[in-house]
Amino acid sequence: MKIDISYGSGGKQTSDLINNIFLKHFHNKILNKLEDAAVLSVKGKIAFTTDSFVVSPLFFKGGNIGKISVCGTVNDLLMMGAIPKYLTASFIIEEGTEFETIEEIVHSMQVAAREAKVLIVAGDTKVVEGNGGIFINTSGIGEIIKKGVSIANCHIGDAIILSGNLGEHHAAIMSKRMEIENDIMSDCAPLTAIVKNLINNKINVCCMRDVTRGGLATVLNEIAASSMCGVHINEDALPISLEVRGFCNVLGLDPLYMANEGKMVTVVPQKQADRALEIVQKSKYGKNARIIGKITDGQDVYMTTRMQGKRQIDVLYGEGLPRIC
Amino acid sequence: MRTLQQVKNELKDYQGEKIAIMEVCGTHTSSIFKNGIRSFISPQIQLISGPGCPVCVTSATYIDKIIDYSLQENHCVLTFGDMLKVKGNNLSLTEAKAIGGSVRMLYSPLAALKIAKENKHIQFVFAAVGFETTAPIYALLLEEIIKSKIKNLKLLTAIKTIIPAITYICDNEKSIDAFLCPGHVSVITGSSVYNDLAKKYHKPFVIGGFEGEHILAAVYEIFQQVLSKQYSAKNMYVSVVSEDGNQKANAIIDKYFKHTDDYWRGIGVIKKSALRLKEEYLDFDAGSYFDEYLENSPINCRCKDVILGRINPTDCPLFKRTCTPLSAIGPCMVSTEGVCGIWYKNREVQQ
Repeated sequence: MKIDISYGSGGKQTSDLINNIFLKHFHNKILNKLEDAAVLSVKGKIAFTTDSFVVSPLFFKGGNIGKISVCGTVNDLLMMGAIPKYLTASFIIEEGTEFETIEEIVHSMQVAAREAKVLIVAGDTKVVEGNGGIFINTSGIGEIIKKGVSIANCHIGDAIILSGNLGEHHAAIMSKRMEIENDIMSDCAPLTAIVKNLINNKINVCCMRDVTRGGLATVLNEIAASSMCGVHINEDALPISLEVRGFCNVLGLDPLYMANEGKMVTVVPQKQADRALEIVQKSKYGKNARIIGKITDGQDVYMTTRMQGKRQIDVLYGEGLPRIC
Repeated sequence: MRTLQQVKNELKDYQGEKIAIMEVCGTHTSSIFKNGIRSFISPQIQLISGPGCPVCVTSATYIDKIIDYSLQENHCVLTFGDMLKVKGNNLSLTEAKAIGGSVRMLYSPLAALKIAKENKHIQFVFAAVGFETTAPIYALLLEEIIKSKIKNLKLLTAIKTIIPAITYICDNEKSIDAFLCPGHVSVITGSSVYNDLAKKYHKPFVIGGFEGEHILAAVYEIFQQVLSKQYSAKNMYVSVVSEDGNQKANAIIDKYFKHTDDYWRGIGVIKKSALRLKEEYLDFDAGSYFDEYLENSPINCRCKDVILGRINPTDCPLFKRTCTPLSAIGPCMVSTEGVCGIWYKNREVQQ
């Protein structure tokens, strides 16, 4: 059965859609009340963020738009030293979308939310003209457990840890769009375990940043600019799977600029670097983590290449790949 | 036998006369930067980027025409991503799209077949831009168009061949001492095409692969030829480049295309440097033969001198000031394989 414009009317059909799909999967004490707004209790300072998801195709190896919409907002909260607690989820659905498609996406959202230990406590649905597309906005609140985590907080000598392989989400999306068969899966995942373990083990995390659109190169430049410092990384240290490396060689892509949905950069004081690396590697989604470089004096981002050349790494220019998340 | 480190040391320590080596393949340019090769060889060995980016040398007249198609009722332009941002005399395809033009980006030319079949009421025009390397794929596309009797898909071609451009540079630009010959193009043409060039112009013509080590090996071969004054063509990419090239690819190119003169943006007309559809296939051509080429060169833009290896991008007065990847003025800044774009995004650090 397909969605038509009447499901966005606010009447009986909208209520059917809410009950039969959204409440069926998301149900919890707060949402079940179906009030105009959720009433929440939080401890201390909160982080609050929002993100919209327009990825095409809706389904790809390793995830779908629903899973990304939860992981993306959860990870943004985590990067501020906050433990994600509550999410809202708003859907803009184009007419012609199959009910099963919506249900599969909603189910993925619930699975990701359960893993990340967040509740989806409010939502909205609109139906618009179109041809089977879905767009999702999620907003989230998290309780700060580590204050002062900021991209402006890095110091000369600090070590930079990357939590795992680069480029997998980007390559998975491109493979699907280009109808290329391979085993590359999107890395889309909530990074809760890595962040909790670092903070609970008293690592004095200076900065955390998830490596999404724009890739590692763009994140490192943001750190350099905000912290008014330089960054130096080693190409040899960058974790990239053989399959993604091959994919990049064929298509002329650079993993430094490719999008990820389950990777983060952590900057820690040099003396805690080895301990922090060990913690990340032992956490879920962190086993391929590496120390990739350090904060230096000066400005800009530099890389020692595999051949021991040295070059500057700039931010991404242009759109890269449109509608990747 | 020398180790990689010994080769690097020799290239770093060289203090003789300047050796100007031109590469004519955007993928080479990109790999030279990605590996930081300039940063660890002597500044006396200059790696100069030639006309190796097909988008950069596509005429503004061609781009104007493809934009016209995008704005016509019931027409849609199919193109690779690289062509979207390059400006013609007025607009780029991206700008045309913003004012209502119909443009779709493809990753593979063969995807055009499916789109044309599913939308019979729309006339599609494929922007078939590239070098020898992409010509066989366009030929295959045309073969499928004919076989499937598709009526609503035509090609607007701007396919260039690199050997005539190398010859042009040999005749006109005396400062280039040697050529790092393109790996991919040579897969199609074969290595033998460089033998005559080496004899005629007394310069090294060395085919190299795309890994850092491949490029370094080719540069080192050129370096040794220059030192010994023994110039020849040499294939250092034997794993994929044969003496005679890819016969199948050449056969299908010859079946559908003929060699004609062509206009290179910033350079002018180069003899026999285009592949255009033969007369018997002109029903599938969207008007790729132009009588004249109109080009309003942006003031102070020195893309021409960059493409011909006369100056580095950093010597252009617009580079990084008004011409950046986000607001490109010259065509060399637009494409991912454009020399200026690559220089902008990848600055090396002399060690």
